[in-house]
Amino acid sequence: MTARPDLAAPPGLPARAARRSPHSLLRQDRRFGYLLAAPVVLVLLAITAYPLFYNVWNSFHHVDYLAPPLGGFAGLSNYAKLFTDHQFVPALVHTAGFTVVSVSVETVIGLALAVALSKRFRGRGIVRAAIFIPWAVPTVVSAELWKTMFDPQQGFVNYVLGQLHLPLASTTWLDNTWTAWAAILIADAWRNIPFMAIVLLAGLQVIPNDLYEAAKIDGASAWRTFWRVTMPLLKPALMVALIFRTLSSFLIFDVVYIMTNGGPGTSTQVLTNLNYQAFLIDFDFGYGGAIAVALMIMALLIAAVYVRVFRTEEPA
Amino acid sequence: MSAASEVAPPRAGRAQRRITPGKTGRRIGFFLLLALFVVASLFPFYWIVVTSLKTPGEIAKGTTSLLPSHVTWSNYANDLTQQNFIRPLVNSAIVCVSATILTVIIAAPAGYALSRTRMRGRPLVLGFILVAAFFPVIAMVGPMFIAYKRTGLLDTYPALIISYLIYTLPIATWLLASYFSQIPKELEEAALVDGSTRLRTLRKIVMPVALPGVFTAAILSFILAWNDFLLALSFMTTPNMYTAPVAIVSLGQSQYQVFYNLIDAAVVIISIPVALLVIFAQRRIVSGLTAGSFR
Repeated sequence: MTARPDLAAPPGLPARAARRSPHSLLRQDRRFGYLLAAPVVLVLLAITAYPLFYNVWNSFHHVDYLAPPLGGFAGLSNYAKLFTDHQFVPALVHTAGFTVVSVSVETVIGLALAVALSKRFRGRGIVRAAIFIPWAVPTVVSAELWKTMFDPQQGFVNYVLGQLHLPLASTTWLDNTWTAWAAILIADAWRNIPFMAIVLLAGLQVIPNDLYEAAKIDGASAWRTFWRVTMPLLKPALMVALIFRTLSSFLIFDVVYIMTNGGPGTSTQVLTNLNYQAFLIDFDFGYGGAIAVALMIMALLIAAVYVRVFRTEEPA
Repeated sequence: MSAASEVAPPRAGRAQRRITPGKTGRRIGFFLLLALFVVASLFPFYWIVVTSLKTPGEIAKGTTSLLPSHVTWSNYANDLTQQNFIRPLVNSAIVCVSATILTVIIAAPAGYALSRTRMRGRPLVLGFILVAAFFPVIAMVGPMFIAYKRTGLLDTYPALIISYLIYTLPIATWLLASYFSQIPKELEEAALVDGSTRLRTLRKIVMPVALPGVFTAAILSFILAWNDFLLALSFMTTPNMYTAPVAIVSLGQSQYQVFYNLIDAAVVIISIPVALLVIFAQRRIVSGLTAGSFR
């Protein structure tokens, strides 16, 4: 393997044979690899790096199509607007709050569901499929479906509350700040708890059974076994699930756009919807670019924090 | 294990040890919990199906019962004819199927290259693909809107097909790389020794073995593309080009009233393909979703 190719190939052999020597084989192998991998890399660069740099450029320029002239250097004015337009900061607070609450709720319930589904029982396959369907349907479905469920006239929620003579039966859920948040949270959780459960379930299934048996022989309680055996070994799966969910929750758009469009007023406004409005309602690609840059930095920070936290805990 | 032995009171000896009241209680609690999850997952579907089967008259009266009093298919007929919902369905199908095929065509070779060749920069490429998977899609909207507008691609299928690759390519490439790495190397080595070229070996020997992985990547890609709302909302500007999810939101919307019967009929229609995929390919989807994600 280490023989130099020109030494390995006896002089006088045709060039073809020389090309088959280990060294050029390696080179050939590499070239083959680059050739096959190139399209994916190029396409992904075109649809991520290009928007990234274009947003950065726009964010430092005046690119408001409804207020030409375009293209003048704008300095930091688009970034300053983030703090002066009375929309970005509240939207950031809403989004961060929603992310913390939704991810916590979905993780706890998803984990409980995953543990339940990891047990053997009859009909497990059917139960799994039933619980998994909400993840596979489009977010538009979950949003419209819960909009129907919470509708004062057509909805199930107010109907049941009324039948049971409970309070809130005449609530117009999407017209009040906190009830609107509750409806958004439920629509989001309904679709994403299954995702959490599926990823965590896969993590549970790679934990060797011997460990549980050993814990049993040692007389550990179920609760203790869960915290001492299950949780530490579930960490890799938990990290994957948490990163995915935190980022997608932070970037929530569809459900908010469809259920409330940020209303009533701007009380359920979130960052992605604000960004969408800046881009395609106001056609201000400079300010939109600034919001997008802020979003990209925050998304990167979230991912970095998770990787950091889970890495440092590993040796313990 | 039979239902009878669970319900029967503990008698003596062995039975007593096995079925203590605490254990039975826990079993009942366990199944109640599962039942709760199943109902919470499926009941909302029941509700939209019921709403979609109500006559406009019944809709006007508001909810008075858990069942529809007159079942009518008129909302579906109305959606598919007057509301012209077939066009967005066709648009969605064309865009999602094209994006899926394109994804498989370029992700499969890349997955092979990343797991089977000694190309340099492998960790870099994999890292970049991972970062791309987390790229905030909203950041694409502004710049790509301008780019599509300038190139005349705005409001066309290609614009959306290209854009959908942001959803599908990272996960498909990642999944296929991990799938290829599980295929025994000896298989292709034998073919290469027999004088087959690299590309031919890949096409004729490796790909057929990798077909289940390719199939999984295709299913996942289709679901992710079918799920999109934001990009279609941004890049499809005329109702004729709307995809189904975008069309639903503007369906039967008047200033004074929301026609839930029409919306929910359309919601039921677009849920059917993915519900079928989940029922028939659940294992595949789940394994694809979690492939190589924690190693």
